[in-house]
Amino acid sequence: MRANPTLEIGTGLFVLLGFAALLFLTTQLPASGVKLGAAKAGYHVTADFDDIGDLKVGSEITMSGVRIGEVSSIRYDSKAYKAVVRLRIDPQFTHIPDDSYASIQTQGLLGGKYIGISPGGSDQFLKDGGTIDQTQSAIVLENIINKFFANYSSKGSGDGGGSGGSNTMSKDMSPQSNDNHNNEKSNNPPSH
Amino acid sequence: MSANARSDGLLLGGVRRLGSAALFFVQLLIACVPALARPRLLSRQIYNAGARSLIIVMLSGLFVGMVLGLQGYDLLQRFGSEQSLGIAAALGLLRELAPVITALLFAGRAGTALTSEIGLMRATDQLTAMEIMAVDPLRYVAAPRFLGGVIAMPLLTAIFSVIGLFGAQLVGVQLMGIDHGVFWSQTQGAVALHDVNEGIVKSLVFGTACSLIAVHEGYHAAPTAEGVGLATTRTVVASSVLTLLLDYVLTAEFL
Repeated sequence: MRANPTLEIGTGLFVLLGFAALLFLTTQLPASGVKLGAAKAGYHVTADFDDIGDLKVGSEITMSGVRIGEVSSIRYDSKAYKAVVRLRIDPQFTHIPDDSYASIQTQGLLGGKYIGISPGGSDQFLKDGGTIDQTQSAIVLENIINKFFANYSSKGSGDGGGSGGSNTMSKDMSPQSNDNHNNEKSNNPPSH
Repeated sequence: MSANARSDGLLLGGVRRLGSAALFFVQLLIACVPALARPRLLSRQIYNAGARSLIIVMLSGLFVGMVLGLQGYDLLQRFGSEQSLGIAAALGLLRELAPVITALLFAGRAGTALTSEIGLMRATDQLTAMEIMAVDPLRYVAAPRFLGGVIAMPLLTAIFSVIGLFGAQLVGVQLMGIDHGVFWSQTQGAVALHDVNEGIVKSLVFGTACSLIAVHEGYHAAPTAEGVGLATTRTVVASSVLTLLLDYVLTAEFL
């Protein structure tokens, strides 16, 4: 059979495209893959959390519900026993007080986690390489339910058991409440 | 042969067709070994089966992905978890939609072309002429076409998945306003390599099944205009049904 350039180029392009697609599916899509896209502009700050739940690289960072950046990396500090989350803030959001408060929140009831930042009162602003000191860990639904049932069963069966349990629970849920009363109010939805 | 099969009645004829396809499969596999030594013949068939189906596969993939984006968004936002749209689209495409729809498109686009081409060769005595010249038509005509289909199918499926994913991203991120980073990070967090493998294995099996049916029907078509038409119809019907049936079996296997 004679060589046919059009045919060979067509076949070659098709095979190339097919393998490029396969490569994309096997390397980019699973979490083990390389991160998509180039590094974006902005500045980085870090925040330590006791528990980040299922926060992931790429999760949103919001202030008053407006997206201001994303989580750029997560690692575990084995000395402090904490998760160190690196946040990339978009370059136009330069006025974030350095005593701001970062909490991990849940989108909807079952949605993904994101970091909400509530501004503090300082007139110094966060800069590249800065840290957010006041943080609140993710609220893990299972833990709350476990706590609720633990309280409920320790109180024994009775009418007051349920309400008593939820009172203790709301105290347990806000461990940082002593640090900053203003922010505590705006961050924790009233739990009934 | 198929004239004989018809006179056997429905049940016996069916069993006989199945048996002849199975025997043909074995013969074909043996003929595939020397066919691999003729890469130019093979590349022509990869071009026919794969490159020529590219446009239809890409277009279908885009729209399937976009529909998945719309439907998935509408469903997920009721539970406030529209951010998981990427997961739903990626898993749906990789595991089910891409292999199955690509196989159905392949049966309609490439399978029919194979059957009618080989059937016409049979009807115009080209296959017989080859046999007289001591050229094995199984080795020279059937095996490259079969192999071309088997090779083209996983590639087409992968392309379908990628285009479909970008279709879903187009709707979810650009139209509905899901955050781009969240869409991809959630997807990457939930998709494992074995999901991708499931799609590849399925597409290989479907490619084998559809190509085998197409080549077998063409090779054994009644050597008349009517026979070729009938064989082409049977290719589409048998390929589609077998694809969906095998899909259930393979899904049960993988889950």
